[in-house]
Amino acid sequence: MDTMAAIKQTFFQECEEQLIELESGLLALDGGTSEPDTINAVFRAVHSIKGGAGAFGLEQLVRFAHTYETSLDLVRSGKIAASRSILKTMLTAADTLADLVRSAREDVKADDGEITRMVQQLESACGLGGAHEAPVAAAAAEPDLDFTPIQVSLDDLFGGAGDAKQSYRVRFEPKTGFYSRANEPLVLLREMARLGETQVTCDLAKLPTLAELDPEGAYLAWDVVLETDASESAIRDIFEFVEFDCDISVEKIEGESAFDDDAFARLLSLASSDTQAALPEPVEPVMQKIAAEVQSRNEEAAARKAESAKGFNTAGATIRVDLDRVERLIDLVGELVINQAMLSQRVAEARIARSSALAMGLDDLEQLSREIQDSVMAIRAQPVKPIFQRMSRVVREAADMTGKSVMLQCDGEATEVDKTVIERLTDPLTHMIRNAIDHGIEKPEARLAAGKPETGHIRLAAMHRSGRVVIEISDDGGGINRERVKSAAIAKGLIDPDAQMSDEDIDNLIFLPGFSTASTVADMSGRGVGMDVVKRSIQALGGRITISSTPGKGSAFVMSLPLTLAVLDGMIVSVAEETLIVPLTAIVETLKPSMSDIFHMGGDSRVIRIRDSFVPLIDIGHVLGYRQEMADPSNCVIVLIDLEGQARRALLVDAIQGQRQVVIKSLEANYRRVDGIAAATILGDGRVALILDVDAVVENADGKSNPPSPDPAPLQLEIVE
Amino acid sequence: MTEKLESSSTRELIAFRIDGREFCVDIMQVRDIRGWTPATPLPHSPAYVRGVINLRGAVLPVIDMATRLGFKPTEPTVRHVIMVTQVENQIIGLLVDAVSDILTVTEAEIQPTPDVASELAKTFVRGVLAIDGRMISMIALDHVLPAHESLAA
Repeated sequence: MDTMAAIKQTFFQECEEQLIELESGLLALDGGTSEPDTINAVFRAVHSIKGGAGAFGLEQLVRFAHTYETSLDLVRSGKIAASRSILKTMLTAADTLADLVRSAREDVKADDGEITRMVQQLESACGLGGAHEAPVAAAAAEPDLDFTPIQVSLDDLFGGAGDAKQSYRVRFEPKTGFYSRANEPLVLLREMARLGETQVTCDLAKLPTLAELDPEGAYLAWDVVLETDASESAIRDIFEFVEFDCDISVEKIEGESAFDDDAFARLLSLASSDTQAALPEPVEPVMQKIAAEVQSRNEEAAARKAESAKGFNTAGATIRVDLDRVERLIDLVGELVINQAMLSQRVAEARIARSSALAMGLDDLEQLSREIQDSVMAIRAQPVKPIFQRMSRVVREAADMTGKSVMLQCDGEATEVDKTVIERLTDPLTHMIRNAIDHGIEKPEARLAAGKPETGHIRLAAMHRSGRVVIEISDDGGGINRERVKSAAIAKGLIDPDAQMSDEDIDNLIFLPGFSTASTVADMSGRGVGMDVVKRSIQALGGRITISSTPGKGSAFVMSLPLTLAVLDGMIVSVAEETLIVPLTAIVETLKPSMSDIFHMGGDSRVIRIRDSFVPLIDIGHVLGYRQEMADPSNCVIVLIDLEGQARRALLVDAIQGQRQVVIKSLEANYRRVDGIAAATILGDGRVALILDVDAVVENADGKSNPPSPDPAPLQLEIVE
Repeated sequence: MTEKLESSSTRELIAFRIDGREFCVDIMQVRDIRGWTPATPLPHSPAYVRGVINLRGAVLPVIDMATRLGFKPTEPTVRHVIMVTQVENQIIGLLVDAVSDILTVTEAEIQPTPDVASELAKTFVRGVLAIDGRMISMIALDHVLPAHESLAA
């Protein structure tokens, strides 16, 4: 990648951050914050995007960002109040800005009509445009048009001399931040010299004595007398990208030529006398002072660092690392863990005493590798905040489209999850939120009639619970209309009309493939995918989804997901000479069955009595096609597992070998998805073991969904209930 | 023996034996050749998928080429080899009897597949070579793995 492309990529990464900042700022303002810092942060975000876009010649982006910035400036300066409707326009504009950034990133031209429409919307909302400003395009191309009349009047002043030269006195005083962001005053001074003739005076008045001098401080100021035919704003433009880091004043000098030699001489003498005043101090004590100062500054810096580590200033404490590098590291650590396990197994096989130095050293190694693994995983952990924020846009758009009024409340945004999990959450979440708005939340009039507030409420919450992350989407809408769901399922032939179903069973019907209650294909949620796809993608992440609904009160979807897709705690079991891993999260208990507890239900179906409840028995070896015959339970072990909802199943396995953390290896990378298998792992002996997809295996055994494989295996058996 | 042409269109091929017959693939597709190690069988998979093995930390599917090409299934021994090949973005192991030769041929020497009815021949054989009176079939690996299920997710 060439340097320019690399810089551009960095710019787009920063744009993403700025957009998040922008949106969260606007949402905070919408939530009633009136802190000046918030609006300043919002303004700065747009400003930075505009600045970078200008540097890369991204015209559409600059044009839009300029108008946006101008409107935000009016809010910032308090010229217009940050009312609900203004903020709504601002938020929509933020969406447009995000779209434009994306177009620029993908190097496609955005729709000019769309931009113009949004620009006009912003202008009318903020009372921009109109009589005092030229048409949009012209204003964007030449933002200083409104200064032209002044220049014309100056022509008259100079008695029609023909050139509109005007003198300005510019005072430019950088602050510390100016230098720390690697700006260079000389560049700006030269830039000014390009506009016309300059007379530059450095103001040393604030320069302290050497003893008090902070080598990184800002003490100099420049007074520039500039004679130019450029407008005042052209001068200000030079300082556009440093305006937060310095004090700038530009004033017009009326009348005579501003080249005031007297003033120059006066300044010069002032400067030199100041410098001399600073000199007489002997060098030795100065050095001591400097040494002391350096020491105290180092301590201060250390204290600051500690403070920033506490989260006060995260910007300084982070680094940007290529994801490939982290992934490589995770792979290597995975190898390390496997290797360490192999080594432990060899040592155990060699019958070396556990108390020997070798075995103890290995124990330490095991602990160490596990710690390294945890720390490496933590690198990839990210808060769910960005994805939650993206949902606020989904809510806005969906609410606009359906004409409903909806508010989104996010909780637990700081909850951290592995980046790979987060990335794959966007689609299911988007779909579920659209569904909640489209089908869940009622129209405003219906809400009022039901005695609810006009604005619907959707809550998106994330939390950690026993080693997993739980994400909950709840709404205060009408809840699931069970009558309608049931009749729709019957009409579609998904269930038997006479089937006895609990409320929970009916609710779960919406997860069936091919189910959709919407009588018309709505614009949003009906995009050819249903809740079955949501369920499938959650399951593909090793997660589960459950639903609870109260008619008239609303529905809640609860997803429980693994924190990472890289490792898993599992129970190692053997089945028909094969080794399988059962995810520990699914297991309730393990037990040795007694034959008197096992009952036949006709056909191959068997149940086992566990503390007075009957649980269906599933022979894993049989379901996976490892053996033709059903296993004899008396030689087996039962692994009792918890399914989605309250359902339980008893899995029949030959023996339990142990319990350990395994590194998850994808089967899809080099092969494809295998029904009933979630992934693979490599065991201590170097062989591959398969990780059981408990829910899929149970579904197969129940015969509910046995997707016809395009290439049926000869060993595959039809399992009939 | 055919004359070797010094041209850019020469290709290097790796020849291997299955059930007494000879086949070859482009050498650029072959990553590694290793001895047979027992594979972990995959449930619900076609008979020609022997299972998966651990290739330096990656999970590698192993295809029994004999079964795939319609011959009787291989009963692997330590003398059998797995050719590790790259097909598009995936790495696949091919279980064969032995690797026999490295051939350098020109495009002109590759003859079109004789018009036979066999569906398997049409799917896999991309051309034949006559070398020292033997016939070596050139195999295309694109269809070796079972067809991908399109999972809408």
